[in-house]
Amino acid sequence: MTAITDMPDLPRAARRPQIGNPVLRWLRANLFSSIPNGILTVVLLAVLAKGVFGFLQWGVANAVWLTPANDSSACKAVRGLGACWAIIPEKYRFILFGTYPFDEQWRPALSVALFIALFLLSTRRALWRRELAFLWVGALALISVLMWGGVFGLSFVSQDRWGGLPVTLILATFGLAFGFPLGILVALGRRSKLPAIRSLSVLYVELIRGVPLVSLLFMASVMFPLFMPAGFNIDKLLRAQIAIILFAGAYLAEVIRGGLQAVPRGQYEAADALGLSYWRKQRLVVLPQAIRHVIPPLVNTFIAFFKDTSLVLIIGIFDLLTTAKTAIIDPAWQQFSVEVYIFVAAIYFVFCFAMSRYSRSLEATSAR
Amino acid sequence: MTSDDPRPPPRRSFFGALGPNELKGLFWQVLVVGVAVAVIVFLWSNTVTNLSARRITTGFAFLGREAGMPIADSLLAYNPRDSYLWAFVVGVANTLRVAVIGIVLATILGTLIGISRLSANWLLSRLAAVYVEVLRDIPLLLQLLFWYVLMQALPAARAAWRPVEGVFLSNRGLILPAIPIGSPQLLVLGTAVLGCIAFLVIQRSLVAQQMRDGKPRPAWPFGLGLIVALPSAVSLLLGVSWTIEWPQLRGFNFVGGLALAPEYFALLIALVTYTSAFIAEIVRSGIQSVPRGQWDAASALGLRRSFMLRQIILPQALRVIVPPMTSQYLNLTKNSSLAVAIGYQDVVSIANTTLNQTGQAIEAIALIMAVFLTISLGISFFMNWFNARIALAER
Repeated sequence: MTAITDMPDLPRAARRPQIGNPVLRWLRANLFSSIPNGILTVVLLAVLAKGVFGFLQWGVANAVWLTPANDSSACKAVRGLGACWAIIPEKYRFILFGTYPFDEQWRPALSVALFIALFLLSTRRALWRRELAFLWVGALALISVLMWGGVFGLSFVSQDRWGGLPVTLILATFGLAFGFPLGILVALGRRSKLPAIRSLSVLYVELIRGVPLVSLLFMASVMFPLFMPAGFNIDKLLRAQIAIILFAGAYLAEVIRGGLQAVPRGQYEAADALGLSYWRKQRLVVLPQAIRHVIPPLVNTFIAFFKDTSLVLIIGIFDLLTTAKTAIIDPAWQQFSVEVYIFVAAIYFVFCFAMSRYSRSLEATSAR
Repeated sequence: MTSDDPRPPPRRSFFGALGPNELKGLFWQVLVVGVAVAVIVFLWSNTVTNLSARRITTGFAFLGREAGMPIADSLLAYNPRDSYLWAFVVGVANTLRVAVIGIVLATILGTLIGISRLSANWLLSRLAAVYVEVLRDIPLLLQLLFWYVLMQALPAARAAWRPVEGVFLSNRGLILPAIPIGSPQLLVLGTAVLGCIAFLVIQRSLVAQQMRDGKPRPAWPFGLGLIVALPSAVSLLLGVSWTIEWPQLRGFNFVGGLALAPEYFALLIALVTYTSAFIAEIVRSGIQSVPRGQWDAASALGLRRSFMLRQIILPQALRVIVPPMTSQYLNLTKNSSLAVAIGYQDVVSIANTTLNQTGQAIEAIALIMAVFLTISLGISFFMNWFNARIALAER
């Protein structure tokens, strides 16, 4: 355990006279500050070199990058020695868009681009105004039109043909867009003076947070038809979406409640003194401050949702992970699932990593 | 539960001044509760009509029927002729088997990685940071499928990997040497547990005495006597055997030892690595929350590093660490339900099979919820008790 013990010594190292080569100085301070530390560095370097070398050998040197269409013989030849990246160009349209009609796949692609543009715009502090809500409504409506079609000369594509990345983004974004207002209402309900409303909110939050999302999704896929009058049936994707909205609402409510608790009492009193009604007080004074307090944890909650949408695989909805898993069923390519999983993991990673960096930059700016 | 009102309202008689505010409040409550009740009644009546149309009887009577489903990997004795109720109990045991071991391992691994992130060794702290970032930003289900595929790609039992003598890793899972535990061995272990409890009681009283007169009283002789010597004596008197059973390859499979099925092993690895990344962050921020002055003051007193960490830094860091740790433990437990995706039969998977066989959807899902709410409450209760113990005692 040389780890922690060197922490308080850092200032002492910094007080030493700065002589010699700066590179050597850095090496000395950061890698060889003591004998055990030096040994640790050497061991880690050896392990790292072996791991990186092995991975490069498998993933680059011995890998197969391209094969003729639907021919995996070259891949099978290097099996176990090299990666078969050729499966990605072979299957990428299916992994990204599922069974969406092949000639119409520009529509989900454009939807994905719209989603990304929407996220990027939402990160701009200058745009955090009421107009942003209208922008969201407009963008989500446009995406619905693109995906469904049936108007403006676009052919109609039913929901069961949707798949891949757009489905993952739809589940996460609509879950957020509807879960957020729900979360605000429940958070206010939990802090209300009215006992009936308070206990209902508490019951809802604790019940949803206490059970796994998988069981909620089972409920949506199995029990929903039982709940509805005979002959009234909702599409499977929408049922999962409702489950995710309810799930998101409970978790967001807890985060927002934390923000509400951080608003000083004087703010409430001042709003009361101005004679604002309850709703105007919340909308104009309390909520803006509360939400500003909890933006970093909110972003972390979004990351969690984005990952959790992959659970719809279990009830057979074609999101990005399900299309990936389905792509490997093809007997010719069955043995190359690791490569597909790495590809899909990279897509998830890019989205989540961008969000987590953003959350960290927000924390840094608000800490100042 | 703070309300927006700075002062509690003065008590009034029930029919006393019902002012406009109270009336408004009453109106809203009646409205919201009315809507909630209406929705529930609507759903309930639909459910009742649908169930009668499908000729499904409600109620938990089906739990007594024969389950007929195979359970491949279970702690408790089970065969397909047992009742659904017993199948559920087996499922709960399987869930706990992953959750409890997963929580212990994830805590150890997460703490190590969290400490590594604070290391003065640049390489180690970078590596730990990469580990945390990569694992946190990829869905757990994807990681689980990935581990499971790797498990299946392992060599067959005959060509199993042997990292250490007696340990086999193959597509049959992980086989470890084990000590068979029967009732005599359990008796000895029980003695050791009782010894631990007695030792803790004695230690507390010794510390209390030291607080009174300031004389240090070492507690280790009691510990040695109660936890090591006493169980050993019981073991010798009863002649309990502690032979290690080494797994052997016979034909196409292994005999003896402790076998972890590939499904279980993949689930455990996925849960432990994923959760450890979150725990590492909690541990790191907890240690960083201890003010620098505490380190300096402890150094100024000339305390040894290990003592300083154990007695000064960690107790303060724990206050910040324990509450978020609770929710990580709950997450790990809830995430164990992803087992259904790779066919490890935890309680969710068994409830799902039951639901498909009997059509008792409401009951099966109610049972899942009841099980998880119970486990969640148990973990919360324990962690809250622990948290209260280490909380800041201000004058």
